[in-house]
Formats: sequence, C-alpha cells, structure tokens
Amino acid sequence: MDTQKVSERMKKIAYYPGCSLEKTACEYEWSTRAVCEALGIELVEIPNWTCCGSTPSNAYDPLLGGALAGRNLAIAENELGLDTVMTPCPSCLKSLKGAVKTYQKNPQAFLKILDMPFSGKVRPISVLQLLYEEVGVEAIREKVVHPLTDRVIVPYYGCLITRPPEFADFDDPENPVSMDALLEAIGATVPYFTHKTECCGASFGVTEKPVVGKLTGRILEAARQAGAEAITLACQMCQQNLDLRQGQVNRYCNTAFNIPVVYITQLIGHALGISHKKLGMDKLIVNADVLFKTRASSVSA
Amino acid sequence: MTGVIGHAHGPGTLKIEVYVMRIGVFVCKCGTNIAGTVDTAAVAKKARSFPDVAYATEYVYMCSEPGQQEIQEAIKTHNLQGVVVAACSPRMHEPTFRRAVEKAGLNRYMFEQANIREHCSWVSNDKAANTLKAMDTVRMSVEKLRFNEPLFSSQVPINKRVLIIGGGVAGIQAALDCADGGLDVVMVERESTIGGKMAKLDKTFPTIDCSSCILGPKMVDVAQNENITLHACSEIESVSGYVGNFSVQIRKKATYVDWDACTGCGVCTEKCPSKKAYDKFNEGLATTTAINIPFPQAIPKKAVIDPDYCLYLTKGKCRLCEKVCQVNAIRFDMEDEIITEEVGAIITATGYDLFDASVYGEYGGGRYPDVISAMQYERLLSAAGPTGGHVKRPSDGKEPRDIVFISCVGSRDPSVGRPYCSAVCCMYIAKQAIMTRDHLPDSNCYVSYMDIRSPGKNYDEFVRRAQEEYGVQYFRGRVGKIYPRGDKLIVQGADTLMGLQVEIEADLVVLATGIQAAAGAEDLAEKLRISYDQYGFYMESHPKLRPVETNTAGVFLAGVCQGPKDIPASVGQGSAAASKVQLLFARDTIETDPQVASVNDQVCVGCGKCIDVCPFGAIQWKTLRDGSRKAEVLETVCQGCGLCNATCPPKAIQLRHCKDDQILAAVNAVCA
Amino acid sequence: MERLKILPLLQTRDTEFIREVEAKSGQQISKCYQCGNCSASCNYTYVFDYPVNQIMRLIQLGQKETVLRSQAIWQCACCQACTTRCPNDIEVARVMAALRDMSMEQGMVSKKHIRMFYDDFLKSVRRFGRVFEPGLLLQYNFKAFKLFNDAELGPGMLKRGKLPFIPYRSKDVEHVSGIFERFEAWKNEQKRPE
Repeated sequence: MDTQKVSERMKKIAYYPGCSLEKTACEYEWSTRAVCEALGIELVEIPNWTCCGSTPSNAYDPLLGGALAGRNLAIAENELGLDTVMTPCPSCLKSLKGAVKTYQKNPQAFLKILDMPFSGKVRPISVLQLLYEEVGVEAIREKVVHPLTDRVIVPYYGCLITRPPEFADFDDPENPVSMDALLEAIGATVPYFTHKTECCGASFGVTEKPVVGKLTGRILEAARQAGAEAITLACQMCQQNLDLRQGQVNRYCNTAFNIPVVYITQLIGHALGISHKKLGMDKLIVNADVLFKTRASSVSA
Repeated sequence: MTGVIGHAHGPGTLKIEVYVMRIGVFVCKCGTNIAGTVDTAAVAKKARSFPDVAYATEYVYMCSEPGQQEIQEAIKTHNLQGVVVAACSPRMHEPTFRRAVEKAGLNRYMFEQANIREHCSWVSNDKAANTLKAMDTVRMSVEKLRFNEPLFSSQVPINKRVLIIGGGVAGIQAALDCADGGLDVVMVERESTIGGKMAKLDKTFPTIDCSSCILGPKMVDVAQNENITLHACSEIESVSGYVGNFSVQIRKKATYVDWDACTGCGVCTEKCPSKKAYDKFNEGLATTTAINIPFPQAIPKKAVIDPDYCLYLTKGKCRLCEKVCQVNAIRFDMEDEIITEEVGAIITATGYDLFDASVYGEYGGGRYPDVISAMQYERLLSAAGPTGGHVKRPSDGKEPRDIVFISCVGSRDPSVGRPYCSAVCCMYIAKQAIMTRDHLPDSNCYVSYMDIRSPGKNYDEFVRRAQEEYGVQYFRGRVGKIYPRGDKLIVQGADTLMGLQVEIEADLVVLATGIQAAAGAEDLAEKLRISYDQYGFYMESHPKLRPVETNTAGVFLAGVCQGPKDIPASVGQGSAAASKVQLLFARDTIETDPQVASVNDQVCVGCGKCIDVCPFGAIQWKTLRDGSRKAEVLETVCQGCGLCNATCPPKAIQLRHCKDDQILAAVNAVCA
Repeated sequence: MERLKILPLLQTRDTEFIREVEAKSGQQISKCYQCGNCSASCNYTYVFDYPVNQIMRLIQLGQKETVLRSQAIWQCACCQACTTRCPNDIEVARVMAALRDMSMEQGMVSKKHIRMFYDDFLKSVRRFGRVFEPGLLLQYNFKAFKLFNDAELGPGMLKRGKLPFIPYRSKDVEHVSGIFERFEAWKNEQKRPE
C-alpha cells in the first residue's frame, strides 16, 4: 500500500482517548500519538470529550451508553467536520459503535436523550484497525529502523477487538492475525498463541480478584508455554490485568511470572525509531528492557 | 338459452327449451361434509336455472360407484354434452370423474369440478352465505365449461435407454435394477472410479459390515453387465430433448491413459517418481503418485494421470510410465472427448460432499493436524487406508489414547448456513467409536452430542451398545473451543445435563462433518432443468408421495442428491427410481397430457419472450413458408404452467383447458 | 438464593417475563436448543451459580425470580464469547444485559457490590464528565469494607506518574449530567401505564 496515498486519505482523523488513557494507561496514549505522528496521521482530539460509559452504562441500557458515547461522535462531526474517529480502547470502541447501532434502532428516543444533532455517519475504528487496514503492514515495514529481530512476542487480542464478528467487523474472531502481521512486519518472531481471544477478567480486577487471578493466570501460562519473551496487546484494560496485576496473579496462582506486557503501539514506535521516553516505556510495571537489549537468556516464569 | 317458440291454444302452453350445449350439474352432499353447511338442494335447483343447464341433481356421495353411475345414466338419458360436479377439490377426485364421463362417451375434458367443500362448506358455518357462494361457484364452472373443447392426447415413441448420472451406491443399485430388467443403461461417473463415498468407508452401521465387501460385488456387476455402458471420468456437458427422447452430450475427460489397452496392472504407479500428488481418495491424509489407480477395488480398474502433478505434463520431463507400460497405454496427447448418448429417461444419483470443518475456527480444523474430519478418520480405520488400518495421530504417528468425537459440525447450525440435520452422523460416530475401541482396547472415547438421531432398524440399539458394551462416554453439550497444550489438544465442552463445563485432554479429535450438496450440483440441475432448494439438494415432486420423481418429466432422483439419508434409504431410492423408469418404459409410447400451451400463428408476432421465460425449454422457433418466425410449443415437454401465456404480449400463446376466454367466462359469471 | 430443585411448572411459569426479556434484548429465546456451546465457551462458568445455558433454560421455563436473583447475570463480563459461538445466532450477551437491567428495575440484584461499582462509575461520569479512577476505587473500597483493596499497587503507579490526584472536570459536564437526567425521565415515561 502506498504510504503517500494512505496519508492523504487518513491525513486527519478525530481521536478519542477514553478515560483510562489519560493517566493510568498514559503510555498507550503517548505511544499511539507518537506512532501516528511518525506515520503522517494527524490526530485531532475531540474537544471536551467525555466518558463513553463503557461497560457500566451498557450493562444497563444501551440508550444511556449510546447517548454518552454518541455525544463524542456528534462533536467530531459537528465541530471538527471529520467522519472517522479512532480510539485505542476496545471498550470505548464498542460503546461508540453501539451508539450508532442504538441510534439506528431507536432514533427518536436516542436523539431526545442526547439532545444534540447526530447523523450516525461517523465511523469509529480502533488503533489496530487504523494500523492494519488503513496504513497497512507493508507501509509500516518500509519505515522500520530498529527491527525486533529474534524477539519472541505473542499477541493478545482479548474479547472485544474481534467479537462478536458482525459487530466488530474486523479480523477473525477465533484466530485473528492483524497483530501477528504487525509484529512480523517489525521483525519479531510470533509463535502460535492458543489464548489470543480468551477473556482476561475484564473489569472484575477491582471487584472479583480471584476471577482475574485465574483467567489472567491462564493467559500468562499459555504465553510462557509458547516460549514468549513478552506479550503485546491493544487494550489497556487487559494490559492492566496482565501487567499491573501480574503480582496479584502470581500470588493467587502461586507462580512467578515476570513477562513484560507491552502495547503494540509501543513496539511499533520502538521499531520506527521513536525514543522510549516518548513511548512511555518506563511506565510499564513489569520491566520490558529485556526486549531491547542484545539477545539475553529467555525470560523465565 | 331458452326460447319460447310458440304456444298453442288449449289447456296449458307448450314450452320448448333450446340449448347451445346441454350441461348436467351434480351437487355432492359428501355426507354432511358439504350438506352440513350448504343447502345442496337449493344449489341444484338454482343450477337448473342457469343457461344451458339441462339437468341438475344432488346426491350423497358423488364419487362412489352409484354416484358415478348416476352421472353416466344422466349423460345418456338427457343427452348431456358437458358435466359439472360440485363437490370436493379437483385435486381429490377430478381424475375419478373424468374417467367416469369418458366411460359414458364424453371427452374427459368436457368436465369441470366446482370446489364447494374446501373452498366453501369447510370454511364457514354460515349456511346462508355458504349456499350463495356455492351457487356462484357452480355458475363459474358452468360458464367455463361452455367454452371447453374436447382435447386429445398424442403418443410419442420412447427410447428405452436410461442414463444414470453418478456411480455411488444409489446409482449402482438403479443401474443394476434397470439392466437386470432388460433395459440399456448408460452410467456417467465424474471420478475415475465408481463407488462414491461408500467405497471410502471402512465399516457400515448398524451391522458393521465391511463396506467394500458389500459394495465391491455390485461394482463388479456393473462392470460386467452387458446392458451397462460405463463412462467413468466423465461429466454431463448438455442435455436437450424431452421425456422418452433425451439427447445427452457427455464430456469424457482426458485420463492420459488409453483405457481400452490398460490392464490395471499397476506397474506405472510403482515407478512414477512424482509422489506428492494430492490423494483425494484418502482425504489428503497421504500423498499418491501422479499416475495412479485410486484404490485396489476401483472399477474401472484403470490408471489415470493427475495433470497437476505429472512431471511430463507440467515440466516436460520424465515419461517413465510410458516406458514401463507393457501394453503401450500411455497417451500424453489425449484430450477431452465429447460423445452423445440418446436416452429416454435420466436418473440423477450424484450424491454429496462433506462440510469443510475449517469454517469453525474455534475447532482448528485445517490448522491443528490432530483435528480431523470423520471421513479422514474412516480412512485411518480402513485396512486399505494410508496407515494400513492402524489408528495413528497425523502429527506424530503415535497411537492416540483419548479421542473426542464432536457431532453436528456443519449440521443443525443456522450460523453457518446449515440448519438441517445430516441424518447419518449420530450413527457413524457411534460406529467409529465402537471401531476405535476394537482397534485400541486401551483407548478412551468421548462423544460430544446435542441429540441422538437413530431412527432405523437396530439403530438405537447400536448406539446403546456403544455406551453400554463398549464404554464410550457420551456427554450432552457442544464443544466451544479446542486448543493445543504441549502435544495434546484441550477440548472445552459442556455437559448441559449436569450444568458443567467439561475439559478433556485429547490426543485426537474427530469432527463429524455434515452433508452438503455436491460441488457442481446446481450447474447440473440447470442442465437437466430440475429444481433445487437453497442448499443445492434436488427437489422431488412431492416430499412424501413422490420422493424419486422431479417436476421434469423423465428425470428421476435417487440418493443423497435429494437430501441427506443413509445407505439403506439410498439403495431403496435407487431401486425406486429404477422402477419408475421401468414404469415409464412399460409401454412403447408415452401419452402426452393435452393441457399444454399452443400458439396461434396469426396472432404471434415472433418476439420470443415465451421462449426465454419457459422454465422447461418447451418452446422453440419455427419458420413459416413466408419466412416469418413464430413460436412453437413442444407438446411433450410442456408442463402446462402457463408462464408463457402470462408473458405473451398479444396473448397468442394460450394454455389449453385454461384459455383466456375460459377464465374470463368464469370471472364474468361471478362479477355479474 | 438456594439452587432451584423442584419446578412446579404450572404455577411458576411466567410468560410475561419471557415476553419482556425478548422485547428488551431483541432476541427470540425459543430459538435456543440448549446445545451448551455458550457455557462451553464462557470463561466465567466456573463462578456462575447457573451456567449461562441454564440461565437461558430458566428464561424458557419462565422462572423470573430465579433468573433475576441469580449471581450469574452479575458475574458476566460481556466478553461476547457466547454470542460469537451460538449456532442459532442468538446474542446471548445482550440477553444477559437485559436481565441485569430487569433485575435492577425489580430490586432483585444479588451481587450488590458489582452493581455498586457500576453505579459509582456512572456517578463519577455524571459528576465530572469522565471517570476519576482513583476516586472510584477509594469510594468502592470504603463502601465494600475493603479499605486496603489494591493498596499495594499504589506506590508502583505513583512512582511512574500514572496516578491522577485531581479529577478532570469537563467543561461540558452539564450536558453529560443532562443526558443522565433525560435518560431517567425517558425511563419513567416508559414505566407509566398507557
């Protein structure tokens, strides 16, 4: 895919970070911005964006979640005049897409609650979709200066990026390959990973720790069995469970995992030659330096 | 029309009635079925007052012997020229009454049946309203009958040869039955050998008969029967004609071996250096040589070259087979050949294909080597298969200890476009589980199922045996996901009877893939002009009463091409189709149905729309002496659907017995 | 709530409940033929009191109380595995969402602390326009009597500058709280009899 052509089409898109990326997952926000800049994509943050409601509002009624999320789409369209919104958070993406769907199902109630002009024509996409479908693997490969040669990294997609298939409309729900392809483009070795789409425990990290302990533990174990030196992902909720809570998981499962969990945008950023400071590499709880030094002994669990 | 032509003085007036046509109306009471909610006496009386009705009466059961006799006597006594029976639906007794009037000397098409039962007495309890409606209905029939004409069938000769498409067990049975009955049979088979799917099976349920032991002799019979001409490695190119007189073009595909010379000795297959050809017979579990005979009992037992893998045909090298062949049978320059066969009937027994399990990404079929389809497993179990009948894991060749069988892969699943049940999987899984326990006594077999369908003779007992005698562990619930851990496969399923998730560490997983229409089924149906459903299975005339006939005269169905079924049912249908053909050929000529379309040359403008729209190809061009082109109906092919009449702009083409003036007369009667 | 052992079907089958679930979720519950694929795929089956296929079965049997008081509907993470794998294309996760909503409306919530977490999340959104995560955590810990929940994560986050101290207050917070108000008004309208 011609980088030049892509840049023209995707020159400027609206950007919705989501509440978590502000602070608690700031390295995802920083690396996303840095990578987009390096690829010639201008991200226009939606002015005065507000929370999409995420799981809690959609756990109740899609109209509430739809209105909360739809508000941001309306701003993107009305104030920015843009037709595409990119968000790195899969849960926010689900809310934004859900807003469009809820609007189509029940336009009167939706507009009444939202109280803003809304056309339902703005298209929400994920950062993974942006990189894989719009920019393309070849365009990224061309720009790699620091390939992650011989680094064994497994991609963890989580639940929401590819499911349910008709709604997500991206990649394969059982064996997705978008992150695998991106990893290979930046030089990494990608072994087959059995737990690509197995749920990590989601928002139960606060309320039901044993569940996260068990489910996240399974994923870490599968990564270890695949011989992975690191896990990469495109969801900050999953990243929190796998990275921030890796210690808690170790206590629950009686294990000693020490696997770095890095955002795909951070890895791509590194490959494109962006500084680690700019990518927030030091914000990771489990240190990821092992990936970037010359090949040392493999990570032990 | 009645007319008073005069009166004489004196006591009374002479009244003479004059008729254009003398019609008799017979109102049936049908016990209380009609008489209960219709005043049949009043209907008969009113009918008598209609123009041209010379006689009207009612009777309790018109279709009975005395009822029919009453009609026949009335025809003679009152000199009737047409008969209306007001009774049940014509679908019930029209043929009965037509025969009755014919016996009394009338043409059978001078008869109309007014439906005052299904359309009237059974619809409502309001006697007054029903009676009025019945009167109207009778009036419509009377008015139509006044425009009826006598119609006569014609006779066409029959070519007593039958074409059988497909050499599976259904086609083989049909071929043998026809041939043994003295008919000439032409069999066309797509693969280079007959036998179909049954030839690939190891054992069959519920008797655990060896499949090739019971099918083999039949295949040999087909080869040796004088009345059967077998064209293997051939496909149907085109079909034209009509029942009794089909002309079929067959493409004999190039095998690159002269089958008249080839003895099937097999030396070429031993010497061929290209050993990585895809082995279709063994479901890709092994490779074979570019020149090969599919399996030892193949009929015809002749070698065939796979052009995708032959070193000479792809790269211009080798030609070793040519050198070692002792009868000089190799022909690298061979091309496809088109031949023509003339036949009087066609039996379609084209069988099926199996669902592609890789559609279920969560099972890993096609990705994990130890997740295989049931047909692949059948080849592993078979002594003539790639492992000599030893059950081995495709990944490392080790004997599996824990084997999981999964039902309904591509059946009963609307989300993959297969909502139907494939009819045979529950049974073949039980069979494979039993065979596994026989081959590997230390193995543990698990079956994931939703329901067990075992309707045939000894079928349910067979499934119970698997569980009770052979210790196969069945658990009720689908499998959600399969993934590898080490060299094992983790199968994550559910047991809904207990409400639990089930996890099994398996060595081998067998997916019971469902039945789907054979590749190319739809194209063949278009050539034969038969209908198929949304899944590609061929449509029978009536699902219960005419399962082996199609709506196209002269084309019959047998086997799974009509819908999923087991071997006994396929064999049964093969024989049934053969008997239908024997029935068709029992006389020397076929009587055509005169209720067909016909063209009025003077009105026809030669636009050709009818030719385009006819689903049966029953209309063709003819050129008149003045050079103008008109449409002409092939009366033996026409099925009387009336589509041409509806399409024709000047209404030049009319459907006999349902002409525009007949229909309009009935409409006018009710609108007046 | 004790697990259902005996089913007096004639007396307890609530067809109005079935109809309400179908209307709210937009799914035809009778399509479910209890294959168990959803339960087989669900990562949370092991903590559910009734696995998800049995929740569907209980809806089919019209067992309103048992379903709405179940723990399973609150332990569901909306991970969509069930919806993805259902052979009858039933959006099972949507049915679970509808059940959560109904259980709140009818005051039958079993896992109160999960509901509380969702409520506090939404309160934060209503108040600030965005979620103030540390505030949410502290509030939850206090209410759930788990004062030191996740306390050990604090220093690590603090050191890396990932812990916000002050909630971001959106300029458009009035519009957001307006959305909540309008939603509540709309909900009340739906409840009013025609």
